[in-house]
Amino acid sequence: MAKAIGKVRSHQVQNEALLFEMSSPGKKAYQLPELDVPAVSPEEALGAENVRAEIEGFPEVSEVEVIRHFTRLSTWNYGIDLGLFPLGSCTMKYNPRINEAVARIDGLAWAHPYQPEALSQGALEIIALLEQYLAEIFGMDAVTLQPAAGAHGEFTGIMLIREYLASQGNARRKVLVPDSAHGTNPATAIIAGYDVVNVKSNEAGMVDVSSLASVLDGDVAALMVTNPNTVGVFEQDIAKVCAMLHEKGAQVYMDGANLNALVGIARPGDFGIDVMHSNLHKTFSTPHGGGGPGSGPVGVKAHLEPFLPTPRLRKTEAGAWAWDYDRPKSIGRVRAFYGNFGVLVRALAYIMAHGGPGLKNATLDALLNANYIRALIEPYYQIAYNAKSMHECVFSDVKQAKNGIKTGDIAKRLIDYGFHPYTTSFPLIVSGALMIEPTETEPKQELDAFCDAMIAIAKEAEENPDAIKHAPEMTRTPRVDEVSAARKPVVRWRPGETVSKAAD
Amino acid sequence: MLSVCGLESLERLYDYLPDDALLKRPLEIPAGLSEYEITDYFKARAAGCAPSMPCFLGAGVYRHYRPVMCDVVVSRGEFLTSYTPYQAEIAQGTLTTIFEFQSMVCQLTGMEVANASMYDGSTAVPEAAMMALRITGRDRFLIARTVHPEYREVLDTNARNSRLYVETFGYDAATGALDLADLEAKLNDQIACVIVQSPNFFGVIEDLKAAAALAHKHGALLVMLFTEAVSLGLLEPPREADIVAGEMQSFAISPSYGGPFAGIIATREKYIRQIPGRLVGETKDADGNRAFCLTLSTREQHIRREKATSNICTNQALIALMATVFMSVYGKEGLRELALQNVAKARYLSEGLPLKFTGRFFNEFVVKTNGRTPAQVNEALLGRNIIGGYDLGAAYPELEGCMLLCATEMAKRAEMDAVKEALR
Repeated sequence: MAKAIGKVRSHQVQNEALLFEMSSPGKKAYQLPELDVPAVSPEEALGAENVRAEIEGFPEVSEVEVIRHFTRLSTWNYGIDLGLFPLGSCTMKYNPRINEAVARIDGLAWAHPYQPEALSQGALEIIALLEQYLAEIFGMDAVTLQPAAGAHGEFTGIMLIREYLASQGNARRKVLVPDSAHGTNPATAIIAGYDVVNVKSNEAGMVDVSSLASVLDGDVAALMVTNPNTVGVFEQDIAKVCAMLHEKGAQVYMDGANLNALVGIARPGDFGIDVMHSNLHKTFSTPHGGGGPGSGPVGVKAHLEPFLPTPRLRKTEAGAWAWDYDRPKSIGRVRAFYGNFGVLVRALAYIMAHGGPGLKNATLDALLNANYIRALIEPYYQIAYNAKSMHECVFSDVKQAKNGIKTGDIAKRLIDYGFHPYTTSFPLIVSGALMIEPTETEPKQELDAFCDAMIAIAKEAEENPDAIKHAPEMTRTPRVDEVSAARKPVVRWRPGETVSKAAD
Repeated sequence: MLSVCGLESLERLYDYLPDDALLKRPLEIPAGLSEYEITDYFKARAAGCAPSMPCFLGAGVYRHYRPVMCDVVVSRGEFLTSYTPYQAEIAQGTLTTIFEFQSMVCQLTGMEVANASMYDGSTAVPEAAMMALRITGRDRFLIARTVHPEYREVLDTNARNSRLYVETFGYDAATGALDLADLEAKLNDQIACVIVQSPNFFGVIEDLKAAAALAHKHGALLVMLFTEAVSLGLLEPPREADIVAGEMQSFAISPSYGGPFAGIIATREKYIRQIPGRLVGETKDADGNRAFCLTLSTREQHIRREKATSNICTNQALIALMATVFMSVYGKEGLRELALQNVAKARYLSEGLPLKFTGRFFNEFVVKTNGRTPAQVNEALLGRNIIGGYDLGAAYPELEGCMLLCATEMAKRAEMDAVKEALR
C-alpha cells in the first residue's frame, strides 16, 4: 500500500530564513555608477575616529534572494486583496490602485518640501483641495492635514482645545472619556497634560446623559466622543451632549475612526462637534500597509482655526498658494514639513473617483453590509446592544462562552475558513466582544461566505468546542505563543541565538 | 439584502438618526471622475513641480536613488493591504520583516532594541524626550541649536502642553559643531537628557563621545538624532548614546513633499519597557517552529489606556518595509559604498567654495553667498533649471547670507559645476 503523504513544512517557500542567515560575504544586489568625481578616503574626509570598521551583522544577499525573500514572506500574510477583512473600527476597505499610481507620479513623489513655492503650486493645490473637501464632509470650517495618524490628530485636537481654553483664561484640568472609547483617547488626554475622567455608557451602549451630568463641571476641558460609537451605534443624544458641554464652556472632540458610517448623511460639525479627526487610512481608502502610514486630518470650527498648527496655506494677492508661518496663536508644529503628503494624494484621488454622490452611496453600502451580516448571524451570536447598527455590528461571546469558547477562539477558527478575524475583545464594555465591520467594498458572495463560516463555527462551538481551541489548523503557522514572547523578549537577531528549534 | 435586513429601502438604514444630525442636501463635491481623468488631474499638478530638475536641497530630506525592488515589494497586496499584525498566524510576513527592520536598525545604530517605527524623525524627538523623562524622573531637556529647526519646533509644541522645560545650547561659530562649553554650563542634575543631531543640521559630524561624557556626568541621558540615515553606512555608530531617534527617509523613501516617512527609536536593552510604539519579538508556534508576534504591548495605549508610554497606534509599517528592502539591496558593502559616494560628491561640490564652518561634514555643508543673498543665488540657479540650497537666514538669523547645500550620489558633476559657478 502506498505510504500516505501530507503537508511538508520544509518546503522552501514555507520556511524562509532571515536575511542574516542567508548572508555571505561578497553577495550583492546593488549597482552604483562609477564616480564622476575624484574618490576620497573616508578617514581623510571624515576623520579616522569617525569612520566605522563595518556594519556588524548587516546582511549581504543577492538580488534574486531579495525578491524571493520578500515575496515568500508576503505569502504568509493576509490582506484585503485576498478577502474580507472585517476588523471593527479599522474600516478595511479595498485600496484602489489608481491612488498608488498617482502618488508615484514623479513631480509629486520627488517634490522636496523646501523647493520654491513657485515650483510647488501643484502640491499646494492638492493640499488646499483636500482641505476643502474634508471640511465639507466634516461640516467644519477649517482642516489641518499635518497630523501623521489618528492618534496624532487626537493629540493635535486636544492641544487646540487647551490653547483655546487657555486663551479664554483657563485651560482647565479634566478630559471626559466614555468607557467605550478607543485606548488612544485616554492616552492622548494624558500626554496632552489632562486628567482623564471615565464616563459610563448606558444599557443601550451610548453615553449616559445622567452620568455625564454628574461629572461635568467647570474644570472639564472637553469630552472625547466617538460617533457612531465603538458598538456601531449612533449617539442619539449627541446634540444634547454637545449642548451640555458647551453650556459649561467645554469643547467636544470627536474621534472620527467611524466616519465611514456618516459621509454624506450626517456631519459632525452640524451636530455640535467642535474639533474632530479622521483617519484617511480608514474612511478614505489609503492602505494600512501592515500598520501605516496613516494620516489624521483635524477639522475645527471657526473659533479654533487661529490655533491650528503652523504653517497654514493661504492665497497670495497674485492668486498663488503660499505657506503662512505668521500664526501667533498657533499651537506650533506637530510634525516637520506639511503632513503625510503621499497619503493626502491618495485620499484626494479616492474622493475624486467617488464624487459627492458616490461617497454617500459608499456610506449606504457600508451600512447595508453591516446590517446584512447582523441579520444573518444574530440567531447564533448574542448582539451586544439592541440599538440599530450603523457600519459595524458588535456581538458578545456569551452563548459560546458557555462551552468554553471565547471571542479569541472564534476569531482564530475564522482564519481556517479563509477570513481575517474581526476585532476581538473591544470595546471593553462588551463581555467577549466580536466587533465586525465589513465596509462597503465587499460583494454579497463574500459576505455570505463569511456568515456561513460564522454560523458553522457557532455550531462547532456547540458540538466540538475542544477542536476550536487549537485553531487555526490550516495555516502555515499554527497558534503563536505570545505569552513567552513577552516574558523574555527577543527583539533583534543575533548570530547563533534563537528561542526556537531550527526551522528544518 | 434589504429584505434580509427587514428594510424597504436604503434610506431606512439611517433615517432614524436625530433630525438635527441629518445632512439634508448633497455634499458639495463634484460627481465622480474616471481613472483617466484622475490621472490627468494629478499629472497636471505634478508637471508644475519640476520633476526633472537637479536639486541641491537636503535639510532633513534627501534625494537618493530608489532601487526598483523597493516599490515592487511594497506594492504586493499582501503587504500593502494588510493590517497591523495582531493576528500573528496570518501576518508572519509583516512580522518577520519588522523583526528584520528592528535588527538592522540596531546594527546601524549600535543599539540593542529598536521599535517598529515612529511617524517620522521629528515626532520621534518628543517621544525620546518623554522616554528620558520616565527613565530619569527629570523634566528638563537640553537640545542643541544644530538640531533640525522643525524638529525643535515639534519638541516645543509637545513641551508646552506637557509642562516640560526645554532649553537650547549653542554651536561653535567656527566649526559649526556643538559648543561643549555652553552645554557644560547649562547641564545640571535637573536635566533628563541632552539632545543632539549628527551629522547636524549644518551637515557637521558631532563629537558624540564628548557630549555623552558631559551628559552622563550629570546623570542625564544622551539622545542622538539623525536625519541622514545613509551616513550610518560609514560613520561610527552612536554607541555612547542612551537613545537614538532618527529618520529613515534616505532609505528609498521618496521626498514626497515631506512625507510619509518613517522615524525610529532605538535604545539599550535595559530601557525596553520605556520605548514607545510597536515591537516585534521572536517566539514559537504550536509546532515549536520559530514565529514572530507583537510583544510587550502592555506598554501600549490599546492595553494600558491612560497609563501607556505613548498614544501612538498606526505608525509607518509599509514605509519601514521600504527601508528594509533598501537595506537588503545595498547590504553591508553597498551601504558603505553609497555613503562614500555621498562624501565624495559633497567634497567635490564644496571645493573652492567659501565654507562657513571648518567642521568635518558628510553630504551637506554651509556656504557663504558672498555679496549676494541666498535667494539671489537660488534665483540665478533656477534660471539654469537647478534647484539650489536651503536659505539659513530665517531659522538662524546669525547665518544670514549662508545656505545649506547637499550633494548625494545622484548629483552629477556638470550640475555641481554649474552650482559652483553660480556661487563664485
